[in-house]
Amino acid sequence: MKDPDSQDQRLPSPDGSLETPMDRRGFLARSLPVPLTLLTVLQGGQQEPDQPKPAEAAPYKASDHNYSMGIDPARCIGCGRCVEACKTENDVPREPFYFRTWIERYVVQTDGQTMVASPNGGIAGFPPITETGILRTFFVPKLCNQCAAPPCVQVCPVGATFTTPDGVVLVDEAYCIGCRYCIHACPYGARFLHPVSHTAEKCTFCYHRLVKGLIPACVEVCPTQARIFGDLNRRSSPLSRFMRMNQIQQLKAHLNTAPKVFYANLDGEVK
Amino acid sequence: MPQQIWRLSIVFGLLVLALALARLFLVPETFGRIGHYRAAAIDSIAARKIKYAGRRACALCHGEVVTNHAAHRHAGVSCEVCHGPAAAHVDAPAEVRLTAPKQRGYCPLCHGYDPSRPTGFPQIDPVAHNPLKPCVSCHNPHAPEPPRTPEHCGACHGQISRAKAVSPHATLECTQCHRTDKQHMISPAQRRPSIPASRAFCGQCHAPEAASPKDIPRVDMSTHGERYVCWQCHYPHFPELK
Repeated sequence: MKDPDSQDQRLPSPDGSLETPMDRRGFLARSLPVPLTLLTVLQGGQQEPDQPKPAEAAPYKASDHNYSMGIDPARCIGCGRCVEACKTENDVPREPFYFRTWIERYVVQTDGQTMVASPNGGIAGFPPITETGILRTFFVPKLCNQCAAPPCVQVCPVGATFTTPDGVVLVDEAYCIGCRYCIHACPYGARFLHPVSHTAEKCTFCYHRLVKGLIPACVEVCPTQARIFGDLNRRSSPLSRFMRMNQIQQLKAHLNTAPKVFYANLDGEVK
Repeated sequence: MPQQIWRLSIVFGLLVLALALARLFLVPETFGRIGHYRAAAIDSIAARKIKYAGRRACALCHGEVVTNHAAHRHAGVSCEVCHGPAAAHVDAPAEVRLTAPKQRGYCPLCHGYDPSRPTGFPQIDPVAHNPLKPCVSCHNPHAPEPPRTPEHCGACHGQISRAKAVSPHATLECTQCHRTDKQHMISPAQRRPSIPASRAFCGQCHAPEAASPKDIPRVDMSTHGERYVCWQCHYPHFPELK
């Protein structure tokens, strides 16, 4: 507790701080930093708004970002380049059971049936449609939804999977005990057990690329820009424009996982 | 203090000490620094090597190709889509060379016909489209041109044109009966050709009083099937002779 007698007798200024009346010398000394501040502000305003900053421009600060992806199924041509790039970039096993991202082909038939296929994740394209009586058909790319309220993180008994300050759900390979709880908890089937390390694996949004100022490999190679990557904290970015201009759905939003992969004008058959 | 209390407190004390020691050795150093996880895991994941260099890296050396590429229809297609992951090539340009897929199987990954693809996306039937010819022998992948408009109707309506070629109507041009807007060749579904809407149209040749060659079959337009337009019974692309 402060002794009331030792209180400073100077009057508080309107903004609450205590200060002496300013003389000319003091005024000049204080106004010296103003042009410097202005310069920094102006420089900041000139930076390109569309891509994350390269790492060398400023040290990477995770809490500044909240990464997210937009997907426009109407642009997806099912070429499988994203699946190929993902497997290459992240050394995902080549066997057809392990995918960090994959493409599904939906075939809605006139009798009301819907067939969903993803042969080898779509990595080598899709075979000709065998179904008859097609009402509509389209591709949907899928990946980990990087939920803001991730059930996989909640069930991990050892804290080996977690959400980073920049909003990406990652797996600590060295700490995972391979109990598979997270694989069961994920409502999107986005996780798998790595056949060699026997630890859980999933999409990382290519975290090792993000910190270097690059975009995820799948977004990099998508030839039709069906995938849009961005930072939800930025008001002006291709992702913000995508979210503004389209009607947005999330997968299984009713599960309150708060997915951060946003789909534009998604067909009702997609679950 | 009774004896049993201080003896028990020694045991508890030892247990607490054991717990503290176990935590010291078992809990990783950076665990809990940010959240309920090992903060060092983020660094080790962030330290993984990249394989795809990103489209900016290519422009540093191949500026001319990139500029030309960016001005054409494949502008949105990153170099590494076709040329493969380039990070190793960026690090050691002379040692690691990238390749270009020149075989026929690659382009149909995107451009092969598939009804699931968005309408209007350029697609071909890889079996029927110039078989065995490598795509790059006609198409420049860095500056692809939109397909040229077909010059004659048979390019799309092959079945009709083949049937008509061996029919009594072989000498008639398609445009004799179908008024066809030029736009039809570019957007076929939006600008459809006309079809004869009246009996009088066929009567120009087939009515008894028509000024056409004598060997053309004649019918009495006033009594013959008067409720119908002619093509509702006769197939004009391959009309029956009698």
